[in-house]
Parts: sequence; C-alpha cells; structure tokens
Amino acid sequence: MAHNLALIGLVLTGLSLIYVLYRTIAGNPVDRRVVFIYVALAAGLPLFMDLLPPVTVTPDVQALVDVLEELPPHSKVLAAFDYDPPSAPELQPMAVAFFKFAFKKKLDVIIVGLWPQGPQQANDAIATALLDSSVMAAGPIYGEDYVNLGFQSGNEFVIQRMGSGFKAMFPRDERQTPYDSIPVLQNIVNFSNIDFVMNFSSGKPGTIEWVQIAVDRFGARLGAGNTAVQAPQVYPYLRAKQMVGLLGGMSGAAEFEKALSMPGNGSIMLLSQISTHAIVILFIIIGNTAYFRTRKRKND
Amino acid sequence: MKREIPLLITSIAGIVFAVSFFIPHWPFGDAENIFGDWMSVVSAFAIWLGMFNLAEVSLRKVIRKSEGWNYALIVIGSMLLMLVIGFSSVYHAINTDTPHMDPGTGLKWMYDYVFSPLSATMFAMLAFFVASASYRAFRARSLEATLLLVTAFFVMVGRVPLLDPILVWAGITDFAFFSAVADWIMTYPNAAGQRAIMIGIALGITSSSLRIILGIERSHIGGDA
Repeated sequence: MAHNLALIGLVLTGLSLIYVLYRTIAGNPVDRRVVFIYVALAAGLPLFMDLLPPVTVTPDVQALVDVLEELPPHSKVLAAFDYDPPSAPELQPMAVAFFKFAFKKKLDVIIVGLWPQGPQQANDAIATALLDSSVMAAGPIYGEDYVNLGFQSGNEFVIQRMGSGFKAMFPRDERQTPYDSIPVLQNIVNFSNIDFVMNFSSGKPGTIEWVQIAVDRFGARLGAGNTAVQAPQVYPYLRAKQMVGLLGGMSGAAEFEKALSMPGNGSIMLLSQISTHAIVILFIIIGNTAYFRTRKRKND
Repeated sequence: MKREIPLLITSIAGIVFAVSFFIPHWPFGDAENIFGDWMSVVSAFAIWLGMFNLAEVSLRKVIRKSEGWNYALIVIGSMLLMLVIGFSSVYHAINTDTPHMDPGTGLKWMYDYVFSPLSATMFAMLAFFVASASYRAFRARSLEATLLLVTAFFVMVGRVPLLDPILVWAGITDFAFFSAVADWIMTYPNAAGQRAIMIGIALGITSSSLRIILGIERSHIGGDA
C-alpha cells in the first residue's frame, strides 16, 4: 500500500514539474521553497517503496571485491574509519557490508580512527552487521576476531608513526585493554604485518593521507570507500594503481553490496538518490529551457 | 627567545621529517618517531585549546549581549551538557569496566539522538540548496558554463542507474552507456585536472615549507611574513 502510494506520489511530483516549466518560461520562476518541497518529496517518497534499483557493478568496485575475496581466513585487515555522522548515509552501508563479509570470511579486523567519531561509526556498523543471522552464526569475538583501537589525534602523523609501530599510537584499545593483551594483535607490529588496509573516508585526514603514507611509504595495499564528493579527488591515485579499488558514494555502496551479495541500506537508499538526481536534472533543464526561450524572445 | 625557540623547533622538526623520508635510520628515524609522538600530544592539546577558545568567544558574546548572543548561549549550554555527560559516562565506564560509549550510556544516547541527527541534518540541507541553485543559476551562458553543465549532466546520470536501465530495456544499448561516459569523465578529464591541482598545491606547499623551515616565513609565530 505504502509502496503504491509513494509511487503515485512520485509520478504526480514528476508531472507537476510541467507546471513549474510553464511558469518558469512565462518569466515567473517558482519560489525556492517550492524547489525544497520537490527535493524533499524526491528524497522521501522512495523510502516508502520496496523496490531495489538495477545496479551494475563497476570495475573499480569489482577490483576491490576481488582483492577482498582473495584474502585467506585470518588475514589481518586494518579498517580505518575517518568519517562522522553527516557522511554516514553513504559510508555506513559500505562499512556494514564490509564487516558482514569480513566476519563471515573470518578476517581479523583491526579498527582505528583518525576522526574522533570514526571508531563509534565502526561500532555502530558492527552492531548492524551482527543483526544478520549468518554473521551472528560466524560468531566474531571481540579481541580475538576484531578489535577497536579507537581514535588517536595527530592526523597523518598517526599513520606515519604507525609505520614504525602501531602500539606507540594505540597502546590500549577503546576498552582500555593493553595492546599486548589483545589476542588479535599478537605479532602485529606495523604495516608489514597487515595484509590489507580498508579506509572509509569523507575528508582530511582520509584516503589521500593513507595513500601518501601507508601505501607509498610503507607498502600497504589499500582499498577505500569515499563520499561522492571526495571520490573525484582520489581518482588520480586509483588510476596510478596506488589503490586496488574505490567505492564512491551511495552508488558505490550499492555496488559493493551487490558484488558481495549482501543487499543493505546502500541498495535501498539508492532509489532515493536516483529520484533526487532526476529532480535536480529536471530543474536544470527547466531553468535552461526558460533561459533560452527568454533569450530568443529578446532577440526577436 | 620567545620567537627563536619556536623557530628552532620548527626548523629541526621540518628537517627531520624531510630527511627521514629518504633516510629512515638512526638518528633520523628515531627523531621522526619522537616528533610524531609530540604531534599527537600537541594535536590533543589543540582540541582543548579550540574548545576553550570557542567557550571564551561565546561567553564574551553573551556578556556583551552582542549580535547572536542567544546562539552563543546555546553553544555554551550544549558544550557544558556534553562535557558533563561525557565525563560521567567515562567515570561510569571506569568503575564498571565497560566501554564509555556502550548502548545505555548517556554519551551514546547523545551521540545517537542529538549529535548524529543534527550533524546529518546540516549536511543533508546541501541537497536542497544545490537543487535551488541549479534551477535559478546553473545556465549555459558561455562555453565554459555549457561544458560544466554537460559534464554535470553526464556525471549525475551516470553515477546512479537512472537512464542506463531504460536504454538497456529499450534495446538502444546493451551496456551502461551513461555509466561508461561518467567513468571516462572521472578517469581522464577529472584525473588530469586533479593531478594539475595536486602538483600546483605540492609545489606551493614545498616552497612554503622551505620558507618556514629556513625561518623566512614567520607569520605562524605572530611575526612578519
């Protein structure tokens, strides 16, 4: 019922744009608050629809998934969480899918954060991943299969210092357990003991700093999930093969979920993003149609 | 001495970090580690410094009842509330040997139900302003603006499965055309532009760093440039 109503609402919203086009051409553009209502409807209505958009997995996402799947069980994976709640809609679905995969595959995950809120986002993602019965069945144990070392201040200097020893920057985990007493950290000194680094980032410090220091200087293998705004800045590193793959924005999250066969919020919320993109594009077209009509009228 | 000592520390730290990149052995490797530890400590103090600065500025605004003093009052109240809840959660965690952000703690509640929604709301408002600006100002007035407009169109359409499924369904193409175009834009024009910007920034940073290390640039310690 809600699905059908939302679908009808979305269609009516689209059709009503004809009136906006008419008004704009007539030289009477709608108020910006009307535009806000359209965006709210475009973003909100799809949330009531039980429809998953058709997602094609792009090569950059597939390359990252291939590397993750090649990792043998108990590989050491460093997961760096460098974002905060505003970026969670895009990055949290990636993190949840990542933890589901890592726990099912029995990868040993070490979580760190260069942003104060990062480690908490990781905890939230783990809590969501553990709601999945198949992940729960794998029974990941804190300290043995994963550990959260928390936040450390110092931005990229933290990564640089981790190059000589993780313990110097993270002497205890976030539960105040000493580094040496944590089973999953046994024999882990620095990046040379890490098989893969997965970074979720929405700014600085983030993926670029991990590439410049962990990859270039200490030879780590890196994959990243970025917000759609940040992803274009990372492409030069991706194309230079300094990163194995990249998940960009919510579509990257949806592709990641599809490639791992773990549908989640990324796939569900993508519909909302698609309709919002459509509305913005339609408003651009309306604005430009009116502009050219007005210009033609003036020239005549 | 007030200026010489900070300049000396800056010069030594700068030289150590630069040299240790190429010679990561004694003494540069060890010195780099020491300065790295210092950096973490200084950053931690900077967080407190920022907080005290914000409190001072807000408090002054409230006392003088200058413009927007009521918002400054909210800032001070929120800061104090978060501090009290944060410290009480940490105190509880130490006494009960549990993480300070475990479900059920005050800090976790504030994080989930106050901080997260508020900060997400601020970020989400961008979508509304982008749409409004696109409608009112994003016009193909010149060649540059047209290029930007066309690029934006292809990236927006190609980054989400918006038109590609329709094209495939209609049999017009048998692959994700718009996605491929968006990928091409990201890989070539975007990456080239980003590289140009990066190289420019890197050169700028190198020259600024050299000026700071050599003590020519002193504005960071309150002196003349």
